[in-house]
Formats: sequence, structure tokens, C-alpha cells
Amino acid sequence: MNRIDKRFAELKAQGRRALIPFITAGDPAPQHTVGFMHALVEAGADVIELGVPFSDPMADGPVIQKACERALKHKVRLTHLFEMVREFRQSDGDTPVVLMGYLNPIERIGLEAFAEQAAAAGIDGVLTVDMPPEEADEFGPILKQRGLASIFLVAPTTSTERAATICAHGEGYLYYVALKGVTGAATLNADDVAEHLAPLRGLTELPLCVGFGIRDGASAAEVGKVADGVIVGSALVSRIAENAERPEAIAGELKAVLGEMRQALDALPAR
Amino acid sequence: MSKFSDLTRLPDARGHFGPYGGRFVSETLSFALDDLEKTYMRLRDDPDFQAEFDYDLAHYVGRPSPLYLAERWSDKLGGARIWLKREDLNHTGAHKVNNTIGQALLAKMSGKPRVIAETGAGQHGVATATVAARLGLKCEVYMGAEDVERQKLNVYRMRLLGANVIPVESGTRTLKDAMNEALRDWVTNVDDTFYIIGTVAGPHPYPMLVRDFNAVVGREARRQSLEEFGKLPDALVACVGGGSNAMGLFYPFVEDDEVAMYGVEAGGDGVDTGRHAAPLASNAPRGVLHGNRTYLMSDEGGQVSDTHSISAGLDYPGVGPEHALWKDVGRVQYVAANDDAVLEAFRELTRVEGIMPALESAHALAHAKVLAPTLRSDQNIVVNLSGRGDKDIMTVAKIDGLEF
Repeated sequence: MNRIDKRFAELKAQGRRALIPFITAGDPAPQHTVGFMHALVEAGADVIELGVPFSDPMADGPVIQKACERALKHKVRLTHLFEMVREFRQSDGDTPVVLMGYLNPIERIGLEAFAEQAAAAGIDGVLTVDMPPEEADEFGPILKQRGLASIFLVAPTTSTERAATICAHGEGYLYYVALKGVTGAATLNADDVAEHLAPLRGLTELPLCVGFGIRDGASAAEVGKVADGVIVGSALVSRIAENAERPEAIAGELKAVLGEMRQALDALPAR
Repeated sequence: MSKFSDLTRLPDARGHFGPYGGRFVSETLSFALDDLEKTYMRLRDDPDFQAEFDYDLAHYVGRPSPLYLAERWSDKLGGARIWLKREDLNHTGAHKVNNTIGQALLAKMSGKPRVIAETGAGQHGVATATVAARLGLKCEVYMGAEDVERQKLNVYRMRLLGANVIPVESGTRTLKDAMNEALRDWVTNVDDTFYIIGTVAGPHPYPMLVRDFNAVVGREARRQSLEEFGKLPDALVACVGGGSNAMGLFYPFVEDDEVAMYGVEAGGDGVDTGRHAAPLASNAPRGVLHGNRTYLMSDEGGQVSDTHSISAGLDYPGVGPEHALWKDVGRVQYVAANDDAVLEAFRELTRVEGIMPALESAHALAHAKVLAPTLRSDQNIVVNLSGRGDKDIMTVAKIDGLEF
């Protein structure tokens, strides 16, 4: 069983919600990333989304754009991400790791080569922001063959018909984008999220995880009431930005932000 | 029977031109693109829509644009007769307005009160601001901060027209970054905003509809060629950044196998120096950016490359997906013209014909200079003079060491 499915099965048995942090690999410098990943796990991460830096992150707001720029100053590439995950796996064999990024860096090394190296490094899933299921005819089966989950986005603007297609292709979990906008934008509206998640329950057994606009324990708990998992990115990445000049302080900052969310989620009644 | 007839049946239902094109966007935009595609497919064959489009092109843009024989320049070069398709004489001074007229009509039909656009040299921004003013639409134009600096005159033109010009400070601060920022705006304001893309790139259906709106250029040129010299041209030449003016000229000739076509990219300092914007001529790898798969200048890690060109309008690392396919099947030859040859052509046409071309269009002229002497005097070349050069006077003056 894939680590992602295993983790969600455990959470379900415990009646708990998944907490999924996102950081950009190589931000503020490549030697820190593995340490940050362990810190996130210590603070209660169930799955880690590791961002692949890209020169043109069209779906991201300024916080993650700047994270990409910091990482790219060190010329961080996919091959470095594979090394990071391999190193992470030496002491953590359980926490699922999902790569999140844009298609071009993946296509550049080749879909087959990417899937082979990602699986060998201990990566569990891939979320390609600019590749909807209609464009995944070639890539989807290649990932599947290596046991890598294809994770897709559903947006507030997604029609029920499209949502059914996405659910049919999706694996691991479904990433519901809570806002019309880029990452790190305004605060989400929990009632609005609940309204959109309800019809998805009828379409899929996949865990429904919600991202975009979650900043603290309170907003995590609001979403946790209706979702199977909570994804937090910009709130963590902005702490990295604030402390980029003193990276030794970052792990503690990440643990503080994530720990508060963990507590807020675990204080909710069991699902 | 043309061996290229299949090319006229593209894109396919998913917006693919062979391995290129497609719709590589984040999920939030999928519904807006579906909507746009449905609206366009309904209207493209609607006689009322076409009549309104044609009326605006005739009475607002001033079409048809002339096909002008550059007699003195042809004599000077020796060889083929060179005919200029005078898109520089359009309202707003470039071919860009053909497309913005069409897309603004679509925006009006969609009931969206706000339009956004990206721009490089500012020609598409001006053409968008112009049609927005005419239709009373709110207009915001994203422009790389470096281009805002290079093209001050067009920035002020847009502001006079009532548009808000937003300088983009991210990335390389040029056209590609302006497009990133426009896409971010669209994903945030998708309910009330129509994105007017300025070239034959972007996610499906944009490459198709921008092509269709610009194809009026080639239809006129084909008819005018038959009228003026009684046969089809031997060669067509047009500059290619994203490739909308080239697509507009070439498309109606695609099945005329005897008509050679040359797309001229920005060679910058030279294709072998790395400082250029010529993904096709330099055989860049295949890649995905701004919603479509195409030839894309990127490094070994898949990061999009910095580009260089004397002309802001061609300073883009990708190219329209239909051009990518036309390169592969050999319908069009893609070459590059370097900055110095472009400047020379700019000066020469200005002095010999009294026509000052845009630096973008001067790329096509630079290749015509190479091509004409290889042909006979009874042969004809049609060059798309896609825009006028007033906007570039400051750039050229600076090279001449002058400041105003």
C-alpha cells in the first residue's frame, strides 16, 4: 500500500484530520530542507508537500514566488529534490512525501526518468499544478506504474461534470482549492468550502483536503470541521522568508505555526 | 491537392496541434476556458457576429490595409519584388488591433465588464486599451517593469486611453512575467474579467481564436496579390515572437504549397550566443509554459531562460504552438535575424521608402533583404509590415547616443 493511502487509513481509524504542510525545496538554501521536513513531522505533519521551485509559478502569489526565487538562486533542481527525499527517508520511512510543482521541470528530464527517480527516492505522489486530468493521458499511467499517486486539484469553479472526471483520475487525496485566486491570497470562507465539498463526497471515496487561505489554528479548525485534511503553505513559507537571514531559527518557527494547527485540529470531535 | 491540408483541421477538440498546444492551466481557470471556447464556437459561424467584426475592421481599424510595392527598395536589393502588407497603417499602428476587436466583441457578448491584457512592446496593450475605451470596459494592462521603462510612450498612450498599466517586477520583468501576472489576476477575478491574450499562445482556445481574428491579414494579402501581380507570392515573410502576425498572414496560404513561408525570430546577439529569443530557429527543447506545450527556451533543470531582443515585442522564450507544429512538418522555415541586421533594415526602409517600421517588423525586413537577391525579378515576396516604428524612436536614438 502506498504511504499516502496507509496514512489516511490510519487517520480515518483514529477519527483525525490530516495536517499537510507545504514548503518549497531549497528555500532559503538547499542544506536546510531535510531538517525542516523532520521538524514538520515532529510538529504533527501527516503528509509533506514539497514544492519544486520554478521560474514562472503562475498559480502562486508573491510569498511562494519569492520562495522559488530564493531556491533558484542556489540552482535547486529536481535531482536535488530526489537527494533531499532520499536523505529524509533514512530516518523517516512512514511520512508520505508529495512533490508539488509545474510541468516544465518534469518534462525537461523526461516523464519516465522522472517517475523512476522519484519512486526510487521514496516520493509517494505528484501534484502538477498546470496539468489537469485532460492533459495527463501520458503522464498518469507512467506515474501509476511506479506506484506514484497522481493528485489533482478541484476549484470552486469546477463543474460537477468536470469534478467527476477529476475524481476518476485522482489518487491519494483530492486537493480542494478554497479560493479563486493564487496561493497566499485572502482568508477562506468555511461555509463556502462546506457547500462545495458536499457534492464531492458523492463522487469519490478519496480524502478531501483543503488548501489556500489557511493561516492559523482557528482557520484550520474551521476547515477541519468539514474536510478530511488541511493544507498549509504560505503561512509557513512566510516564516521562512522572515527568517531567511537566520535559518537556524526557522525549524522552531515552522513547528510553532504547525503545532498550533495540530492542536486546533485534534481538539475537534472525532470524525 | 495540398500535402498540408491536414493542417487546416487543427486544433483538435482538446486544442492540440499535434504534440503542441493544449490547456495546461490550474483548475480554477478550466471553466472560464470552457466557457470561452463554447462562446467562440457558437459565434465564429454566426453571420451577425462576423458582420459586426467585419464592420469594425472596415470602419474603425481602416481595413483592408494596402499591399504596397517597395519599388526603390526592391531595385536596391536586386532580385524579387518586395510587397509590404501595411498593417502599420491600421488604427493604433499594428496588426494587434485585429485580434483585440474580435476578443472585445467576445467580452461584450460574455457580459464581462472588465478586461485585462499582457503586453511587451505595448502594442497589444494599446490595442486593448483602445477597444476597451470604445466599449466602456474597465481595462488593466500588465507590463514588465523593464518594458515600461523601454516603452514609455506606449505606457502613456494606454493611460490616456483610460487603462491602468501595472508594472510587473517579478522574474525577468518582461513579457513572460507580464503574462504570469495577468494569469494570476484572471484566476482571482475570473467571474467578471475577460483576459484578452495578445498572441497565438496561451491555453486553448486562445491560439485558435487569435489566429482566426488575424487571418484577415492573409485573406486580404492573397486577394491583393492576385489583383496586383496576377499570381500568388513566391514567399511570405513575417516576424515571430508569439507569432500572431505571422500566423495571420500565413494561415490563408497554408494549402498553397508553392508559397514558401519564412518566420523570422529575434536573433538578439546571435543564436549561438545564447542571448536571443528564437526558440524555433535555435531548436529549443519542448516545454510547457502559459498554458500550452511548445518549443520553449529553458535550462537543463526546466527553468525558463532569460531572453534578449532589441524589440520588446519579440522578447519571449516560447512561441505559439501552431508554429511549433509547422516547423516540425516543414510548412514554414523559421530563421533568426540579429539585432544589428534588424537595425540596418529599420534604417534602410525608413530612408529608401519613407516608411518607419516597428523593430519587430524590421526582423522580417532583415530576412527579406537576404532572401530577395536569391530570387528572380519576376518573383514576388510579401512581407508583413506588422507595425509602425514611432514607438521605437527612443530606443534607436539611444543606440545613436542621443537623449531627448
